[in-house]
Amino acid sequence: MRPVSALSRRDFLGKTATVGGGLILALTLPRLGAKSSSAAAAGAAGRAGSQLNAWLKIARDNSITIIVDRSEMGQGVYTALPMLLAEELNINFDAIRIEAAPVGDAYINPGNGGQVTGTSNSVQDAWDKLRMAGATARTMLVSAAARRWRVDPAQCHAENGRVSNPEGKVLTYGELADSAAQLPIPKDVKLKPKTNFQIIGKPRARIDTPGKVDGSAEFGLDVKLPGMLYAALAQSPVLGGKVKALDSGAAEKMPGVRKVLLTTSGVVVVADHFWQALKARQALNITWDPGANVQLDNAAIHTLLKRTAAAGPGLTARADGDAAAALKSAQQRLSAAYYLPLLAHACMEPMNCTADVKADGCDLYVGTQVQQVAQATAATAAGLPPAQVRVHTTLIGGGFGRRLDVDFIPAAVEASKAAGVPVKVIWTREDDMTHDTYRPPAYEEVSGGLDAAGKLIAWKLHITSPSITERMFPPVKGVDDSVIEAAVNNLYDVPNLAVSYSRQEIGIDVGYMRSVSHAPNCFVIESFMDELAAAAGKNPYDFRVQQLAKKPRQRRVLQLAAERAGWGKAPAGRYQGMALMEGYTTHLAQVAEISIVGGELKVHKIVCVVDCGQMVNPRIVESQIESGIVFGLSAALWGDVTIAGGKVSQTNFNNYRLLRNSEMPELDVHLVDSDEAPGGIGEAAVPLVAPALCNAIFAATGKRLRALPIGRQKLLNA
Amino acid sequence: MTSITVNNQMLNVDAEPDTPLLWVLRDHLGMTGTKYGCGMALCGACTVHIDGAATRSCVLPLSAVAGRSVTTIEGLSADRSHAVQRAWLEIDVPQCGYCQSGQIMSAAALLKANPKPNDADIDAAMSGNICRCGTYPRIRRAIHRAAELLETGAPK
Repeated sequence: MRPVSALSRRDFLGKTATVGGGLILALTLPRLGAKSSSAAAAGAAGRAGSQLNAWLKIARDNSITIIVDRSEMGQGVYTALPMLLAEELNINFDAIRIEAAPVGDAYINPGNGGQVTGTSNSVQDAWDKLRMAGATARTMLVSAAARRWRVDPAQCHAENGRVSNPEGKVLTYGELADSAAQLPIPKDVKLKPKTNFQIIGKPRARIDTPGKVDGSAEFGLDVKLPGMLYAALAQSPVLGGKVKALDSGAAEKMPGVRKVLLTTSGVVVVADHFWQALKARQALNITWDPGANVQLDNAAIHTLLKRTAAAGPGLTARADGDAAAALKSAQQRLSAAYYLPLLAHACMEPMNCTADVKADGCDLYVGTQVQQVAQATAATAAGLPPAQVRVHTTLIGGGFGRRLDVDFIPAAVEASKAAGVPVKVIWTREDDMTHDTYRPPAYEEVSGGLDAAGKLIAWKLHITSPSITERMFPPVKGVDDSVIEAAVNNLYDVPNLAVSYSRQEIGIDVGYMRSVSHAPNCFVIESFMDELAAAAGKNPYDFRVQQLAKKPRQRRVLQLAAERAGWGKAPAGRYQGMALMEGYTTHLAQVAEISIVGGELKVHKIVCVVDCGQMVNPRIVESQIESGIVFGLSAALWGDVTIAGGKVSQTNFNNYRLLRNSEMPELDVHLVDSDEAPGGIGEAAVPLVAPALCNAIFAATGKRLRALPIGRQKLLNA
Repeated sequence: MTSITVNNQMLNVDAEPDTPLLWVLRDHLGMTGTKYGCGMALCGACTVHIDGAATRSCVLPLSAVAGRSVTTIEGLSADRSHAVQRAWLEIDVPQCGYCQSGQIMSAAALLKANPKPNDADIDAAMSGNICRCGTYPRIRRAIHRAAELLETGAPK
């Protein structure tokens, strides 16, 4: 039987009786894309179709539903993953429906160790799996037709949702689905070679666009259930603080207020409407116990990290040759220290969660990147076994790693349980900004050694930072990968290379943020490569190329980026900087072109050349690269979360500045044609922006920026 | 009870007069296409048209809308046929999509006032709408495309 949690909300409410009979219905996900309603009408009388595997349902009315096990947060998985399956299933792609997967073992992403949308690996994970799912289903449909016709399956042909034979007989997939589902799963299914692809690699409109241009797309914030109440949550202003005393008398008398309750997350005000809950929250009289962070500020964090860095070399993350000896014997040595600030995710859709707790189960409607963790968290809050929590994943109004955390879930569950009705908890922008799980700060010390010919022969990088993984998925054995990714993956050919890590917590929750440690690591590596190039008296391009002898894909993207940007031929008053990275199995090069007039930095253009292997949908790849550049620009120029007295100083978009349309440079994104295995594209472009900009600023001013954001530094005219 | 006109329909709303129009639309009238982003008119996610002008609904109290005409994303067209929506579809502008109702409403108001905007006009009209996904290059292209569609007679 199909798990009930696979059902979309509207259909779940309307059709549970039918499902209880163990029969399978093919249902649409409401309000995603077209405003179509349920397709289940044809099957309401009984058996309507079959689930051929965890990814696919074919109904008797020939509607085809593809189940997507990764959360759609703008990166395009609701389009790209079905394209993989459809390629092998031989169907009309435009006729498919999609549905968010429930919690299920089939949907575990081995690359992330759980049902997780993250690490830019949705396509990498799905590449073989979903093509195989499509090919397997197609083979079963063909076999079913061959049995019906008593012919050899080899004589049958599957195309456009139908199976035909040489005698001209035709059966639709819908007509075959029930009998196909009874067949054993075939073993030696063959996948199409790239040359036969009809769907993969071709630009295609996104499935989720229609609903996103007419307002019908349903995000977590838009969920509405019968009898649902709205809630606002008061959390400790000092991070980590707790409620010491609560006087809710005045708040409880405010219009529309139904309940005020103390939860594990803070004080929840439940009301008929959100505005009422918000106003009543202001009337709460809460005495907070600020906890241990009351003295915490930026200077304290910086000092803490620096002190730990000085205390010892930390854990070895990578050691090639003998970096210490090579540095000692180098012709020229260079050392520098870099500092990266805390950052906020600032998703446009603030954190929110809707829960409907009943005696026998809990329905959770939430934009989450971690369905299993969401389920377990809600189960604990509801006092139910996890299997009784049904997770309905909504569209996500920006994830960027923020929704790998589940801190916005318990309050909704506890409030629904207490109120006996569905409750939606909405964080305000201020709640969201001041209670993020922030990108951790990092203090990074780096040294390099050059030989007499100006070649880099030694490299030593020591990173000191909190560990995200230790907080979220403890215990970490050895070095936390999420701190050293791009540093251990250093793409330059350096015979003596050492990377080490010292863990230093700072007392506040840090989280994974788009490109995670690639951004700080790449900033340090690519900035310092420029410092070394200058020390060697070499052009930054030539200096990098000489260290890339064993990296043909990386050389190629660098050469192409230099060509497209007109490297070394910037117009008068303009300056260029470059950066390289290999991350998520994707190879990138960026060239930024800037000017500085009257101390004002202007970013004119960013060229980005990308080799991400085979692409599923180049139109989405291009948009993700552009997106990463914009994300990187906001962070590089202004991204800075500051702490004072344990509180976050930034509260809204007036003091946490994000790039706006009028501030956009010209972007030139070039995607390299490739036969290599697919790489990730959601995060890969982010990290190169800051070093490319800072290298251009160095070219313009001679000033080396070793701390971000750029906007906090004084720039002198060239 | 306050009477307001939303998408050409006269509606009576039972909400406190200081309730921002945004929450009236979303919670009271069930029109969730208009989004909450900041509550301070800083991000543009809540943009609607009031008597044809792009307005941030998150800071506009219900009392200020009485007797005026509100158009939301749901009322821009019945079938995604507005030139801006057609251009948005053609160029596949949205990523996460959360800010796009506001972007589209700002773009539609711009094109109504200025059917052939240049890049500086677009900068001026669209800089109040933040897109964290960075769809800005496609927004710009789509506005130019919508202007072309308008020239050839697409619905406004």
